[in-house]
Amino acid sequence: MSKLTITDLHACVITDEGETPILRGVTLVVESGKTNAIMGPNGSGKSTLAYVIAGHPKYTVTSGSIDLDGEDVLAMSVDERARAGLFLAMQYPVEIPGVSVSNFLRTSITALRGEAPKLRTWTKDMKAAMSELQMDPAFSSRNVNEGFSGGEKKRHEILQMGLMQPKIAVLDETDSGLDVDALKVVSEGVNRFKDQNDAGVLLITHYTRILRYIKPDVVHVFVDGKIVATGGPELAEVLEADGYESYTTAARA
Amino acid sequence: MTAPTVAPATDLAPRIFSRNIDDFDVPHGREEEWRFAPIKQLAQFFEPATWGSVGVAGGHGALVEHVDINDSRLSQNWMPTDRPSAIARAKATHAVLITIAKESIHSSPIVVNLENSGKNSYLHVEVHAGAFSKSQVVLMHDTTGNVNGSMLSIVGDQADLTMLSVIDADLPVTQHLHWFTEVGRDANFLGLSITLGGGVIRTVPMVTYRAPGGKAQMLGAFLLTGHQFQEHRILVDHTEPHCTSNVIYKGALSGEGAHSVWIGDVLVRREATGIETYELNRNLLLTDGPRADSVPNLELETGDVISAGHASATGRFDDEQLFYLQSRGIPEALARQLVVRGFFVEVLNKIDDPDLRDSLMHRIESKLGIVDHE
Ligand SMILES: Nc1ncnc2c1ncn2[C@@H]1O[C@H](COP(=O)(O)OP(=O)(O)OP(=O)(O)O)[C@@H](O)[C@H]1O
Ligand SMILES: [Mg+2]
Repeated sequence: MSKLTITDLHACVITDEGETPILRGVTLVVESGKTNAIMGPNGSGKSTLAYVIAGHPKYTVTSGSIDLDGEDVLAMSVDERARAGLFLAMQYPVEIPGVSVSNFLRTSITALRGEAPKLRTWTKDMKAAMSELQMDPAFSSRNVNEGFSGGEKKRHEILQMGLMQPKIAVLDETDSGLDVDALKVVSEGVNRFKDQNDAGVLLITHYTRILRYIKPDVVHVFVDGKIVATGGPELAEVLEADGYESYTTAARA
Repeated sequence: MTAPTVAPATDLAPRIFSRNIDDFDVPHGREEEWRFAPIKQLAQFFEPATWGSVGVAGGHGALVEHVDINDSRLSQNWMPTDRPSAIARAKATHAVLITIAKESIHSSPIVVNLENSGKNSYLHVEVHAGAFSKSQVVLMHDTTGNVNGSMLSIVGDQADLTMLSVIDADLPVTQHLHWFTEVGRDANFLGLSITLGGGVIRTVPMVTYRAPGGKAQMLGAFLLTGHQFQEHRILVDHTEPHCTSNVIYKGALSGEGAHSVWIGDVLVRREATGIETYELNRNLLLTDGPRADSVPNLELETGDVISAGHASATGRFDDEQLFYLQSRGIPEALARQLVVRGFFVEVLNKIDDPDLRDSLMHRIESKLGIVDHE
């Protein structure tokens, strides 16, 4: 049983012009076996929340806390957070020239487990995981994210999640850039991961489309750097029909 | 002394070919070819002093000989193209001659450790790869002090020659090195210039073709830390039809005061039809402070080419890459190592011999102070 607890989190982005506040008091709990969906308009700070959880150096936390099973996440380095069981599937995964997918995954798994996986089982596991996501085996010899299509990048993120088996996974717009077929494959990957690992999922999205395949337990509406409403799966349907307008005007008022 | 050969005007190729020192003026630093160089720190290469010659360390096979500079087997045709190379040819007393017999196949690399005794030395090295031969020659510049000279690779018809020139100096050495390559009919040449550290180093590789059908790749990996200077001024002179050239240089720089210069000149002569050429320079700035100049030049005297292109870019070490790797549990030092390895891999992967490839990667990493976690 794992629990990620975010309490009254405030954070700024550091730019050349200075610090701009983005997160304005986020409070949220993500537990094993539960899926929390976060929906909100462009620029409301959803990716910022995801990055702050993962420890991106561009953001500073000005107040509040993030706790994973009693451990202070904010005190950990980026790689320590990953080793503690946090995973972020990024909205815009980064290209690493000259580093092959297989080398990258093996290095990562070795770091997470503290020992290198046995070569034979490793190759088998990786092949199986790739075929479940309908990825061409040739992928493993390509450079990380280099020349990947939008959909390939997202599959690659979910592939990593499946192999790394985090306790809590944050998925930042994993559905964007996917056609319906790819969306199904990726959603099945997420559901399989969640069921097998009893993991907690924080799913960030713009659209309800993905929520037809990945059933959320809780839906949060995120506007202007904080959660302004929380409800059950039915809230997603309301947002789909009415948009965020009532929330954004309320937040500005 | 014979009169110097004066080549027809082009913007890129040398104008004067001569073994007579006085045919070349002392550079003052404003000439196009010297404008990036720290001319004061190179002044010792402009005066014809009496210095010793670079030799070969330890025992070496029959392929490698330390010969008198007047040995008739040394290239009679090759001519210096600037004052330092003219001085080195005129004042060197000895040369290192590596002869790969016609049709001989060498599966393991021929490693030659170059060394000098005194502080200052002239260098003259020739590699003659006979027709249909296949070999890899590795020149390790284990020299100290000031070294001025030329390396020649003469690649016979249909020969396949890989040649590495490795400068991995811990001491602040100063080197001025020409590297002239002549590619024979349907021959295949792969040149690799690995320059890790040193003080002030200027390399002047020039590739030309003796007959149609030759392929030349000129690759470089270089690394500068602290107050170091390196200039790599490459010229590919396409003189023959149906040849190819591919130039890839990658540099990583760190620390205040590090300065690299890459000049990639490609000249395609009127008669060099149906050629393919590409040149690329990428520089990675690992910290704030270093400066990397990068200038590709392509001069086409014929439009009848298959392809001709170039690219050049200098970028900062990408923190997003570091973040991505770390977010997958990989500790920072190892993540940096992966990124730098990835940067150089395009160049180093061209080396067939896995041991050689790994040992060069290791040298690069230890120079960068990257700890090996394997
Ligand atoms: N690195 C950054 N530099 C400058 N501004 C930033 C940076 N990151 C975020 N911001 C700003 O912070 C705000 C929130 O951005 P964020 O990416 O978190 O929004 P989002 O909700 O994920 O949007 P989207 O739905 O478009 O993905 C935006 O105004 C954005 O411009
Ligand atoms: Mg976003």
